[in-house]
Amino acid sequence: MSGDSTANLVRMVNQIARNVTHEADPVATVADHVAAFWSGRMRAQIATWLDQHGGEGLDPVALAALQRLQQGADAG
Amino acid sequence: MGFERHEYRKQPDFGTPEVVSDTQVTLQIDGRAVSVPAGTTVMRAAALAGGSIPKLCATDNLKQFGSCRLCLVEVDGMRGTPASCTTLVAPGMNVHTQTPRLQKLRRGVMELYISDHPLDCLTCSANNDCELQDQAAAVGLRDVRYGYEGANHLGEATDTSNPYFDFDPSKCIACSRCVRACDEVQGTFALTIEGRGFESKVSAGLASDTYFSSECVSCGACVQACPTATLQEKAVKEIGKPERAVVTTCAYCGVGCTFRAEMRGEQVVRMVPWKDGKANRGHSCVKGRFAWGYAQHEERMLKPMIRSSIDQPWQEVSWEQALGHAASEITRIKAKYGANALGGITSSRCTNEETFLVQKLVRAGFGTNNVDTCARVCHSPTGYGLKTTFGTSAGTQDFDSVMDSDVILVIGANPTDGHPVFASRMKRRLRPNNGKPGAKLIVIDPRRTDLVRSPHVVADHHLPLRPGTNVAVLTAMAHVIVTEGLADEAFVRERCDWDEYQHWAEFVALERNSPEFLAPVTGVDAPTVREAARLFATGGNGAIYYGLGVTEHSQGSSTVMAIANLAMATGNIGRRGVGVNPLRGQNNVQGACDMGSFPHELSGYRHVSDPDARALFEADWGVPIDPEPGLRIPNMLDAATDGVFKAIYIQGEDILQSDPDTKHVAAGLAAMECVIVHDLFLNETANYAHIFLPGSTFLEKNGTFTNAERRIQPVRKVMEPLNGYEDWQVTQLLAQAIGLDWNYTHPREIMDEIARLTPSFSGVNYARLDADGSLQWPVNAAAPDGSPIMHIDGFVRGKGKFVVTDYVPTDERTGPRFPLLLTTGRILSQYNVGAQTRRTANVVWHEEDLLEIHPTDAENRGIKSGDWVRLASRSGETTLRATVTDRVAPGVVYTTFHHPATQANVVTTDFSDWATNCPEYKVTAVQITPSNGPSDWQEGYEALSQRSRRIAGSAMEAAE
Ligand code: SF4
Ligand code: SF4
Ligand code: SF4
Ligand code: FES
Repeated sequence: MSGDSTANLVRMVNQIARNVTHEADPVATVADHVAAFWSGRMRAQIATWLDQHGGEGLDPVALAALQRLQQGADAG
Repeated sequence: MGFERHEYRKQPDFGTPEVVSDTQVTLQIDGRAVSVPAGTTVMRAAALAGGSIPKLCATDNLKQFGSCRLCLVEVDGMRGTPASCTTLVAPGMNVHTQTPRLQKLRRGVMELYISDHPLDCLTCSANNDCELQDQAAAVGLRDVRYGYEGANHLGEATDTSNPYFDFDPSKCIACSRCVRACDEVQGTFALTIEGRGFESKVSAGLASDTYFSSECVSCGACVQACPTATLQEKAVKEIGKPERAVVTTCAYCGVGCTFRAEMRGEQVVRMVPWKDGKANRGHSCVKGRFAWGYAQHEERMLKPMIRSSIDQPWQEVSWEQALGHAASEITRIKAKYGANALGGITSSRCTNEETFLVQKLVRAGFGTNNVDTCARVCHSPTGYGLKTTFGTSAGTQDFDSVMDSDVILVIGANPTDGHPVFASRMKRRLRPNNGKPGAKLIVIDPRRTDLVRSPHVVADHHLPLRPGTNVAVLTAMAHVIVTEGLADEAFVRERCDWDEYQHWAEFVALERNSPEFLAPVTGVDAPTVREAARLFATGGNGAIYYGLGVTEHSQGSSTVMAIANLAMATGNIGRRGVGVNPLRGQNNVQGACDMGSFPHELSGYRHVSDPDARALFEADWGVPIDPEPGLRIPNMLDAATDGVFKAIYIQGEDILQSDPDTKHVAAGLAAMECVIVHDLFLNETANYAHIFLPGSTFLEKNGTFTNAERRIQPVRKVMEPLNGYEDWQVTQLLAQAIGLDWNYTHPREIMDEIARLTPSFSGVNYARLDADGSLQWPVNAAAPDGSPIMHIDGFVRGKGKFVVTDYVPTDERTGPRFPLLLTTGRILSQYNVGAQTRRTANVVWHEEDLLEIHPTDAENRGIKSGDWVRLASRSGETTLRATVTDRVAPGVVYTTFHHPATQANVVTTDFSDWATNCPEYKVTAVQITPSNGPSDWQEGYEALSQRSRRIAGSAMEAAE
């Protein structure tokens, strides 16, 4: 199920991406942050969003990070 | 043991303050050899040796004054009879404290005092608790040769204007202890002593003022200092002299003052600050000292209640029924929707032990990591920011450290209102003392707080920034420090990661981070920023204190890291007088965070994905722990409105009032099937609850709180819980009802479990807390006596980490519809959402929340002080009264959020910190317009509250 709150998650991940632009590897930083602090349901919600909407509304760094996380999840 | 119940005795008074010195001096007092630190007075030396020299104007909380002449002594080889309170010890000195000559002189002095004092000792409320009486006895006064008719103060009216204490000038002996306490200890300078000798008279403020109308902030220091019944707690008059005393810890703010709860039977007579308390050193504020009446307030709920839906009235039931019902709902919901439909919220007001049990109930009993704490809404960015940069989620210093600071930087904190007892200590350091110049002060705050200008304290620099631009201002300061070559590179090379520093230094040195470039964004003149930065970098020991004005922003975590960067770049970490110091809001915010209240962390800040940490808990608890982080409060509410989160247990928090975007919180709660509220009162959140479990107050329980200095302090039960159970017992009963085999018989056993499972607490136990009074974590093999100062030889994480913090403006912007920025705060007499303080006489100082607005903005809108105004944002609107003041800059408005009728959080948005989702309370774009009275939402809400608080069969319902 993916309710209204997915829009909030998009906003949250974009905000994270905007705040870590000076890290050595911003994509990895965003991915690690989401893995460390988001619950399984939140990650599932945003993954569904990726499937259904692609990168729509997502900052490029945030998008890359989420894709990396998803590959990790699929692989593992 | 000194903390346990014992017969009533005042704390010993050594007459003059403790002196610290490496040199010991040996002298003879009445033929006995005594060794004391150099610089000690003869009076104190005698008291330490077990003697007691008569005294009236001296007390060990205050500097010696030498006015009463009662403490005279004879010293071999010295002429005359020096006052022992002002004479310092010298090697080989030979002192006589009791000789016929001294006796005669002292009687003469005493006679003069008594001739101007009413002789109604037997009916005086201070009878048997009066220093004048004691000293008259000590000097052997038997008769008074002067008449009682001369000019005196007898017959003057008592000033009863303060709600908690009276001032009866007829009993005043003009010792000036009250005046000095107000000046030296509290730093408010509200009292004066007028005239000389027998003409002298104490007054609060101007002659026309009463205590209430004066600058007095009702801290109680003068009452404690007064040796007579002149200044005395009203409760002593009403109840009588206490008969026993128990040392415990204040349950209001993160200063963590310790008090002697002075009791008569099961009744508190007064709370007197404990002089041995290391957080408060014998001082207090109006809340801890006086505002404990809520514990017996008539609105306190004492019986469990249930209802099938929130439009029904409550039904009072037995504990068994309430807990049985709660357990069956939890079990039903878990079976139907899964464990992740359940969650819990721990309280930053409850004890460490209670908090630990709630998160254990959620993780081990509910089987989910959906546990969070209201510390989320205040200091979660502190945890994130300091863990990232230093390696541990806590402030670096103890409070005493401030006495060694040379430059104090206060950002986003209003300590005189939020952390009053620490503010008094800070002000002591800011005033010149014994020829040592006062520390310099830099205040970064949108509002001109009291610290910026108050008696004998003036900030050297005030940076009145636009709300939301903390990171920009701190980066601009870093720019100055780096580009002007003021950084302490030797410290950085030794203690921090040099490459990361260089990366950071290059970034801050960019022209776009200069004060000149950023001035239009921050609203602060570039020269002021430059001067403040230079002062901080070069002024000696620099200490940073910050509060919610730092954390409650969309860049809260970045600001904390920017502060850490500044401290590291200037070498201000790892010794006394420096450091990064978060001022915590509620009493146990630190403890709530330490105890594993966050959904991604077990106690001691270990991530749930860490297999070693999990294994430790799994072995001890005998259940698997989910390696995935759980939901945070805002995400729980989102999940609830999405229909997948169904039940919550909330201990001691009022999320409807304290969390942002009230409507969103209400919608989330309304979407749940089982809301269990465990609290003292039917709070606002309980409007949406199905099960209400009555809570106990801090006076009714054993446990510990951890203050802003990481100081773990005992909370001791002084009376039986009116509701029948301490809060940890209620949580245990709930756990048992859902089938967990918990059998704690005392919180000490819970602390033993915490110590067993948490490396930084491994040396903590109740026996040690009783013996030492308090312990500052980490307490472990490496630091067996605790850690007043952290990161002394190296950072906890190894090398200190510089993190580039780029200024990212908040999404909350002003525009034509919402042209002003609202920021929020608190005031001294009220506390948080006011659930306790509103139920005490403290309301006399703050009847309602007021909106501060600059004269220019007010005039443009035709608003005068006292007018009702409508405060509207993109989220919602409310109404309150305005007060026009230039404390706020043009374009900025300010209010507090202590009263539910104001519903300031109807207006705040759901924007939050990027790293932790701590809500952005401190910045909301708003419009202000004149209004006639409460808004529709306020009235509708009031009606809903009335309806949802009905209790079947009670007078409350009958009155509907
Ligand atoms: S209560 Fe505190 S502020 Fe008021 S006069 Fe006494 S010492 Fe001063
Ligand atoms: S009010 Fe009390 S403390 Fe103050 S001068 Fe009078 S006797 Fe001394
Ligand atoms: S509210 Fe804070 S400052 Fe006041 S007495 Fe309690 S702990 Fe101390
Ligand atoms: S106590 Fe020493 S002069 Fe008063």
